[in-house]
Amino acid sequence: MKRYDLIIVGAGPSGLSAAIEAAKRGLNVVVFDENEKPGGQLFKQIHKFFGSKEHRAKVRGFVIGKQLLDEAAEAGVSVVLNATVIGLYQDKEVVVKMGEEIKHYKADAVVIATGAAENMVTFPGWTLPGVIGAGAAQTLMNLHGVLPGKRVLMLGSGNVGLVVSFQLLQCGCEVVALVDAAPRVGGYGVHAAKVARTGVPFYLSHTIVEAEGDDCVKGVTIAQVDEKFDFIPGTEKHFDVDTICLAVGLSPMSQLLKMAGAQMEDNPKRGGQVPICDEYGRTSIPGVFVAGDVSGIEEASSAMIEGRMAGVVAAEYLGYTDEEAMQSELEELNKALDGLRQGMFAPKNRGKAIEKTEEGIDISQNLLKNGYVADDEIERFPGVTHKKGVHPVIECTQNIPCNPCQDACPKKCISIGNNITSLPIVVDNSECINCGMCVASCSGQAIFLVDEDCGDGTATVTLPYEFLPLPAEGTKGIALGRSGKEVCEATVVSVKSAKAFDKTNLLTMRVPKEYAMTARFFKVM
Amino acid sequence: MADRIDEHPILGALEKGQTVKFTFDGKEIEGYEGEPIAAALKAADVMVHRYTQKEHKPRGIFCAIGRCTDCVMIVDGVPNVRTCITPLKAGMVVKTQYGVSAEPFDKQ
Amino acid sequence: MNSVNDRSRDIGPFVPAPDDDMLICRCEEITKGEIRQAVHDGMWTITEIRRYLRAGMGLCQGQTCSRLVKGIVAKELGVSPAEIEPATSRVPMRPIEMRIFANEAKEDD
Repeated sequence: MKRYDLIIVGAGPSGLSAAIEAAKRGLNVVVFDENEKPGGQLFKQIHKFFGSKEHRAKVRGFVIGKQLLDEAAEAGVSVVLNATVIGLYQDKEVVVKMGEEIKHYKADAVVIATGAAENMVTFPGWTLPGVIGAGAAQTLMNLHGVLPGKRVLMLGSGNVGLVVSFQLLQCGCEVVALVDAAPRVGGYGVHAAKVARTGVPFYLSHTIVEAEGDDCVKGVTIAQVDEKFDFIPGTEKHFDVDTICLAVGLSPMSQLLKMAGAQMEDNPKRGGQVPICDEYGRTSIPGVFVAGDVSGIEEASSAMIEGRMAGVVAAEYLGYTDEEAMQSELEELNKALDGLRQGMFAPKNRGKAIEKTEEGIDISQNLLKNGYVADDEIERFPGVTHKKGVHPVIECTQNIPCNPCQDACPKKCISIGNNITSLPIVVDNSECINCGMCVASCSGQAIFLVDEDCGDGTATVTLPYEFLPLPAEGTKGIALGRSGKEVCEATVVSVKSAKAFDKTNLLTMRVPKEYAMTARFFKVM
Repeated sequence: MADRIDEHPILGALEKGQTVKFTFDGKEIEGYEGEPIAAALKAADVMVHRYTQKEHKPRGIFCAIGRCTDCVMIVDGVPNVRTCITPLKAGMVVKTQYGVSAEPFDKQ
Repeated sequence: MNSVNDRSRDIGPFVPAPDDDMLICRCEEITKGEIRQAVHDGMWTITEIRRYLRAGMGLCQGQTCSRLVKGIVAKELGVSPAEIEPATSRVPMRPIEMRIFANEAKEDD
C-alpha cells in the first residue's frame, strides 16, 4: 500500500492551501479530488473578492484559483483528479476510486477539505427539469459557457443567490425576481444593490408556491409569507420563467469524518453536521485535520486561510516544523482570518438583526427589504459627500471586511483607516483626478464618480459596467435609479476599459443635473 | 448551437474542444468534445434526461456537479451515467432513460 | 434519556396534511407523507427511516434529501433537527458500480 506523509481530500481553496503549506515544509503530499479539474468552486467565482490585500481582495475568484494552482505546482504538490475518496478507515487508510479500480493509501496525517453541498427546499414541481441549484447555474455558465436559462427566478438572497443572479445578468439571462422567505436580504448589501439597480425586483418574505410545467418549468408562482412562513392568501404573483434557481444555503460534507470516527456535532452556526475541532482544524482524531466549509460554512477567502493553518499544524504534527515556528505562523494566519471574520456578516453575528453600523449610523432598512438604499437614506453614509467637480460617491453602507478602495486612489481621497470593516470616507480637501481606479477596485461595485454640475445643466455619473455589448460613446439610453426604476434619459459620454480595471469597464453617462445623485445604472434603449 | 455564451464580459471567449457529433434519442446533435454531455444537451435545449421508475416523472440537470444523480441517462448502452460530469465524445449514443431502461414504459 | 430515544413518549396520531404528497427523496421517490407515517410506525431515527422506506438510499445516497428528511422527522417528533442523529456514514461515499467496488487495484503505483 502506497504511503504518504499527508493525504488531502479535496482540491478546492482550502485543500490546495493546506497542500501548499505542508509541501513547502517538506511533507510528501497528495491531494485527491473527485472532479475532472482542480480548484473546487473557485473557478466559478467571477466576481472580485472582498477583504484586504493579504486576502487577495479585488482579485476575481477564478484568477485566485489559477494562482493557487501555480503555487501548488511550484511547491511540488501532486494533485490526483478523477479520484473519488470513498472511504476513510481507521489508521488513516484512504480508499480511492480511480477509473475502474479501487486503491488503498495510507497516510500519517489527513486533511479533509471536502467542502459543502447545496441545501434544497421543496415546493410542488421542485423536481421538474428547469429547477436547478445556484451552483448548477454557475457551473453551466461560467465553466461550460452554456446559458442556464433565458428567464430565471432566483430563490435565496444570501451572497450565493445575489452573486449568481448578477452572473446570470452578465451572461445575458433575464432575472425576473429575487425571492427570499426571510424578511431581510441575507447577503452583502452591495451585492444586492448591484443586482437591484439593473431592475431585478426583490421579493422578501416571499417564497415559491409552485413551479408549473409538464415536462419542464414554464412558470412559477410566489406568494408572501407571514412570520410563521405560512402563505398569505391573495398575495400570489406569477412569472413566466424557464428556470428556477435555488440558493438556500450550504451544508458541510462531513460524512468522511463521521465515518472515520471523529467526534461530530450538529452546529447550526456552522451549517449542520461538523467535526468538533479546534481553531486550527485539529479534530478528535490525532493526525486528522479539517479545513474550509466542511468544518463550517464560510467564504472561499477564509477557507484558504484555514487550509494554510491545517497544512502548518499537520507539518508540526509530523515533526516537519517545530512548535515555536508553528505558533508564529499560526499567529499571522489567525490575524488574517480574524480580519475576515469581522463586521456585520461575521460568523458570530449570524442570525442577529443589526440596526446600526459600527459608526452608529442607522442601517438602510430599504436595503434589507428591497435590495437597495433609498434615495433619502443614502446621504447619511460617510462616503456620500458633495463638492464641485468630479468626486467619488461611495455607497458602501454596511460594515464588511473590505478595503481595496483606500489603496486604489493614487490621491488618497478615500480612507477606511485601520479597522477593515469601517465605512469608507472621502478625505476632506482631497483632490479627485477622475482616474476611476476606485470604481474599478470596489468589489461591491458601490463607488461612482459624479460631477454634480457640469455648468450646462447636466451632470456626469461614472459607474462600473460589467456587461456586453459595451455601449458606444453617444449611445442614448435610460438611466436607472438604485431601485432599477427609470429616472431620466442618459447619454453615454465614454466607456473606459483598462488592464488595471480588470474587466470592470467605466461607463460615464450624462444626465440632467437634478439626477446626479439618483441615476446609478445605464440601460440601452 | 443556441444557448451558448459566445463572449463573456469577464471570462472572454471560453476555450472549447473540437465540435463533434453525437446522437440523442437517434437525433444528431453537435457539441464540443470534452464538455459534459449535459452541457451539450442543454445548449441544444434538451431539458428532460430521464423519467423516473415509480412515478414516471421527468428529470433533468439539478446540481450539475455529479452529486444529485438526477441527470443520469443511457450512454452507449450503459444506464445511470451522470451526464453532468461525463465528457462528451464524438459518436456517443445518448438516450433518455425510462426507469433504468432505454425503452419507454409502454414498451417495457 | 433524551426525548428522541424515549420510545414510550406519545407523539400523537398521524394527521394527514395537504403537502403529504410532496416528493422528498428524489431518487427513491419517497413523499413527505410516507416519511411522517413511518415516524408514527415507530421509525424514529434516520437509519430506521432509510431501511424502512429507502429514503436516502438511492443513487445519490441522500446528498439532496437527508437534511429535508431530518427536518420532517424532527418536526414529527417535536424535537430540534440538531437532536436527530444523522445516518451512519459508510463506504462507499459515492455511487459506484459493484464491479468497480470489488475491483481492487493489483499493484501499488
